[in-house]
Amino acid sequence: MGLFSKLFSSKEKRAKAEKFKIGMMKTRNQALSSLKDILEKSKTIDEDLFSKLEEIFIMADIGVDTVVEFIENIRQVVKTNKVEKPIDLENIIVDQMFELYLKNEIINTNIRYNKTGLTVILFVGVNGTGKTTSIGKLAYKIKNEGKTVMMAAGDTFRAGAINQLKVFGERVGVEVVAKEAGSDPSSVIFDAIKQAKEKQIDVLLIDTAGRLQNKKNLMMELDKINRIIRRETNNDTFETYLVIDATTGQNGLSQAQIFSEVTDITGIILTKLDGTAKGGIVLAIRNKLGIPISFVGLGEKLTDLEYFDIEDYIYGLFSDFFE
Amino acid sequence: MAFENLTGRFQMALRRLTGKSRLTENDIDEMMREVRLSLLEADVNYKVVKEFTDEVKALAYGEKILKGLNPGQQVVKIVNDELTKLMGEKAEELNLSEDLTVILMVGLQGAGKTTTAGKLANYIRKNNGKKPLLVAADIYRPAAIEQLQTVGKQLDIEVFEMGTAKPETIVKQALDYARKNLFDLVIIDTAGRLHIDETMMEEIKNIAKITNPEEILLTVDAMTGQDAVNVAETFNAALKLTGCILTKLDGDTRGGAALSIRKVTGVPIKFAGTGEKLHEIEVFHPERMASRILGMGDVLSLIEKATEEIDEAEAMSMMEKMMSGNFNYNDMLKQMRMIKRMGKFSGILKMLPGMGQMADMDKIDDKQLIYIEAIISSMTKQERKDPELLNRSSSRRNRVASGSGRSTTEVNRIISMLDKQAKMMRRMAGMNPSNVENMQENLAQGTLQPRLSRAERRKKKH
Repeated sequence: MGLFSKLFSSKEKRAKAEKFKIGMMKTRNQALSSLKDILEKSKTIDEDLFSKLEEIFIMADIGVDTVVEFIENIRQVVKTNKVEKPIDLENIIVDQMFELYLKNEIINTNIRYNKTGLTVILFVGVNGTGKTTSIGKLAYKIKNEGKTVMMAAGDTFRAGAINQLKVFGERVGVEVVAKEAGSDPSSVIFDAIKQAKEKQIDVLLIDTAGRLQNKKNLMMELDKINRIIRRETNNDTFETYLVIDATTGQNGLSQAQIFSEVTDITGIILTKLDGTAKGGIVLAIRNKLGIPISFVGLGEKLTDLEYFDIEDYIYGLFSDFFE
Repeated sequence: MAFENLTGRFQMALRRLTGKSRLTENDIDEMMREVRLSLLEADVNYKVVKEFTDEVKALAYGEKILKGLNPGQQVVKIVNDELTKLMGEKAEELNLSEDLTVILMVGLQGAGKTTTAGKLANYIRKNNGKKPLLVAADIYRPAAIEQLQTVGKQLDIEVFEMGTAKPETIVKQALDYARKNLFDLVIIDTAGRLHIDETMMEEIKNIAKITNPEEILLTVDAMTGQDAVNVAETFNAALKLTGCILTKLDGDTRGGAALSIRKVTGVPIKFAGTGEKLHEIEVFHPERMASRILGMGDVLSLIEKATEEIDEAEAMSMMEKMMSGNFNYNDMLKQMRMIKRMGKFSGILKMLPGMGQMADMDKIDDKQLIYIEAIISSMTKQERKDPELLNRSSSRRNRVASGSGRSTTEVNRIISMLDKQAKMMRRMAGMNPSNVENMQENLAQGTLQPRLSRAERRKKKH
């Protein structure tokens, strides 16, 4: 099957993608598996077919604007290449999806480690997306790559947040810098950076309180945190991950936009992709704001955090084409 | 972002549709396209949107267009009315029994169950005088128990916990404990779970069986997208939900999930979480949510004001008066008060299609209305009835100025304003003498065109 089989022909590639598929299994079965049906059952490429495609992508939370653009691109290709058979759309859809995400760029979402000293990674996002859990998972991952890791309990607001991080610290075997609940997050972070430097730690992961992007004061607090990190590391390039819940709808776009006005978001962690939600909003975020996805959360275990790979993601969405 | 485009498109559609008395299929289709996009952008489920717009289309066809509205606005009105009906017309009460009431909190991870459990306990204690016990049955998430304990401490509400014992055991013991210690409200905080996780769904079913709760409340993040339907349906099928709580509604999300859940499961939304502080929970008002989801607030408030606030008879007599040319200060005062009743003057003008751009109108701020009222109030009865009196006497004008505390210039401006209005009215009356009603509609829509001058008409003929 054309492009698709070309992409996933290598064995190791497929084995890697398989893990994605398991996480996204329910995702596929719920709605997107019908894509094959639709293409097979349609006799011609017409408005009816396009509106069915539109439905599929909107149901994946990709969002009206991006879906309209996406469908328009497909239409163009159909027109210029004089495509007639619906089943031929399959390759075009996958192809356009790549294009939508890649935008002719080479996206490198590996963590940009600071070669000469401490690497700081800041986690931000609205409430309940899974920041603390993602930090635990990422700490585990980085530690297994042979680096020394420290965590900073910068969420001093939510009840139990500090201890939640401490539990992860114990599980992973990583030190957690914390102060009592209610203290100034900037001061916790200041201390953590100082300690991490003294102990020559490689990577410091910083948790922050969940904040809705329309709360001015909380966004100002984040701005302050940002300044402290910049000042204390003499280093403008640190990673800031925006954690987004896969069940999030169109508000994800507003989150990405407003958060990136305050901090320089370098990547997105898409959590809870093991549910039935498709997390399509990240495609809209990439399309409109250019922010790539760095990691995906695929379960509750420490090992359930994977580097995002657009091929795997698309494979997860459409792999029924192989079977 | 997208919303701005939408308003723009919407305004375009409004402008194209004017001057009809009944809704045609065309009007409805045109507006429905915008309504559909608006609902999708608000995260209402695709299938729900489709069903809903089809239903409304059938309903709207042939509907009479209300005075003061144009077809586009009329469609929006119908959509909003139906949306409100669908969301439920009034707030739904909690089902609290006389003696021990059990409330079970369920939902996905990160929806806000623990915080909401605390908020709800506090709310019911305050409003229904119950003695609440919080039960920590989330044994999986690290520090979940401690989170509930902290919330309990902040509210001075006891928390029952047994560490990481089996949740089934915890809830059984908790109920015994509550009965022994005369608690009459038990709120059980459970672990966040994916609706497709069979083991975890089995667990929550067992908990429900053991505790036999009066309320099983699904906590849903207001930012949830298309998947809200799957989640609510599965939880409802497993547990027979009695209600929903929509959390994080203080964000800038439009909250279309609320509509999807309501339409697909019929489960009412009972509360809304509106902030991080523990008293920030409100009874959910479905009628307010309808307009938030539809996202056409400006148009809706105009419709509301146009249909409710202006007494039609009053407006009519004003109109006749104005067009007779005998427009005096009493009429002006009435007119001002009418506008004032409708709300912020500049706001109203902006809402009227086409008026927003009129630069002149911006200069009339809301304070001006008060000044005008003060000036007119300083006139004698005779002066108000007969504008000529002020026109002729500067000492009268000076007296009015010092009486109202405004400058003579301002008084003069009011005088010339009255004069201009009277003239304009006479001209307009000549424009379309057959139909006073039409005139009123034109006024409301801001599409009023002054009659062509004789010279212009002559030009047109050639």
